[in-house]
Amino acid sequence: MMNKIIDSLRQAVEGIEDGATILLGGFGTSGQPIELMQALLEQPVKNLTLVSNSSGNGPTGIGPLIEAGMVKKLICSFARSPNSKNPSAAAFEKAFRAGQIELEIVPQGTMAERLRAAGAGIGPFFTPTAFGTKLAEGKETRVIDGKGYVLEQPLPGDVAFVKAHLGDALGNLTYRYAGRNFAPVMAMAAKLTVAQVDRIVNVGDIAPEFVMTPGIFVQRVIECEHVPLNP
Amino acid sequence: MSPLTRDQLARVVANDIPSNSYVNLGIGMPTLVAPFLKPEQGVVLHSENGILGMTGLPEGQAPDVDLINASRGAVALTPGASISDHVVSFTMIRGGHLDVTILGGFQVAPNGDLANWDTGEPDAIPAVGGAMDLVVGAKQVFVMMQHVDKTGRPKLVEQCSYPLTGVGVVTRVFTDLAILDVTDNRFVVRAMVEGTDLQTLQAKSDAPLSIAPDCWIIEPTAIDSPPT
Repeated sequence: MMNKIIDSLRQAVEGIEDGATILLGGFGTSGQPIELMQALLEQPVKNLTLVSNSSGNGPTGIGPLIEAGMVKKLICSFARSPNSKNPSAAAFEKAFRAGQIELEIVPQGTMAERLRAAGAGIGPFFTPTAFGTKLAEGKETRVIDGKGYVLEQPLPGDVAFVKAHLGDALGNLTYRYAGRNFAPVMAMAAKLTVAQVDRIVNVGDIAPEFVMTPGIFVQRVIECEHVPLNP
Repeated sequence: MSPLTRDQLARVVANDIPSNSYVNLGIGMPTLVAPFLKPEQGVVLHSENGILGMTGLPEGQAPDVDLINASRGAVALTPGASISDHVVSFTMIRGGHLDVTILGGFQVAPNGDLANWDTGEPDAIPAVGGAMDLVVGAKQVFVMMQHVDKTGRPKLVEQCSYPLTGVGVVTRVFTDLAILDVTDNRFVVRAMVEGTDLQTLQAKSDAPLSIAPDCWIIEPTAIDSPPT
């Protein structure tokens, strides 16, 4: 039988190449694959492109990867700290203002759908989101039946890091509450999906109809203690 | 004449939300609306991160790291709530399934253009989030903002000078001074705060305003008291 369970965080993040695009699940405090990102800091990789909803969540996660000079480009929907008094994206903001990192802003729903297209074998697609705005500049637009659309490209990843609640040796995953967010679609969109889970369960313990990410989309599963972010 | 406080404005907006509707509250001031929704209104709140059916965290209940709204505030689920992933959540948004989205605004123009994500200043770091998806998808787009900005400049403008969030999308604007409908390339005042008049509102607006025949007066003292 397949066994996708990995014994150590180091092994879980091994083999990522320079210049890779890494999809990072998580929204605000929930579903952040913090421990995988921390483990990546120990890997000799650079020129990474990170895809994440936001540009940082405080002292762990994306920030240290940026500070370590490993990140060439960030693709996200929200690049600013939501609270300027408690800047959660300080590392990104500093690197961006110093011209050390590229930024591609993508509307959140367009990001989800570009990931879905990549995972589902769909090519470029037309969406009404951002029509007539500066985020449509340089992209093909078309008016169809009186409605304006922007042509958007699939967004595949070389690697995805996701955080799930339960996982099994076949890679089947479930998530807690809104910890799910981008994880299922990112797992579909990457060639190598690594899932950190709170708990590994026996194959068959997750009822088939409650599997949220089927194991075919997951290559590595690591159980690790997750230190949550402060909400 | 005294402008509405933020809480009073939130109450005015809450009272104007249709019963039994699906509603998304944007980051910032719109989140203040949630506590003023009455249970009998039957409004179901949606959040970008996949929650459908939530309420503010009841006092004394511990926050859960995996139950937050788009503003990262702790929330609680309501009975019958569901949680989906981002693809399904934005299918609700973009696919026209939400009845109302309420967003903050930097500028609104009478053609319904909205600017609310980027001041366009050279040093500004952009943060669009889900706003561009919400404005093209929701059946009604409500904007909730101060009537003028911090330096006193009007936010109801002939044409937005800041980068747009959406083209021709806004249906109604709630300010601390008035409620305005955006119809036929015009701002129509539906209600105004007690003690103000069209001339005063016009002086604080760049775009021309007209007045609805049944324009009513918002009496801050008569607004429902906060929920207990």
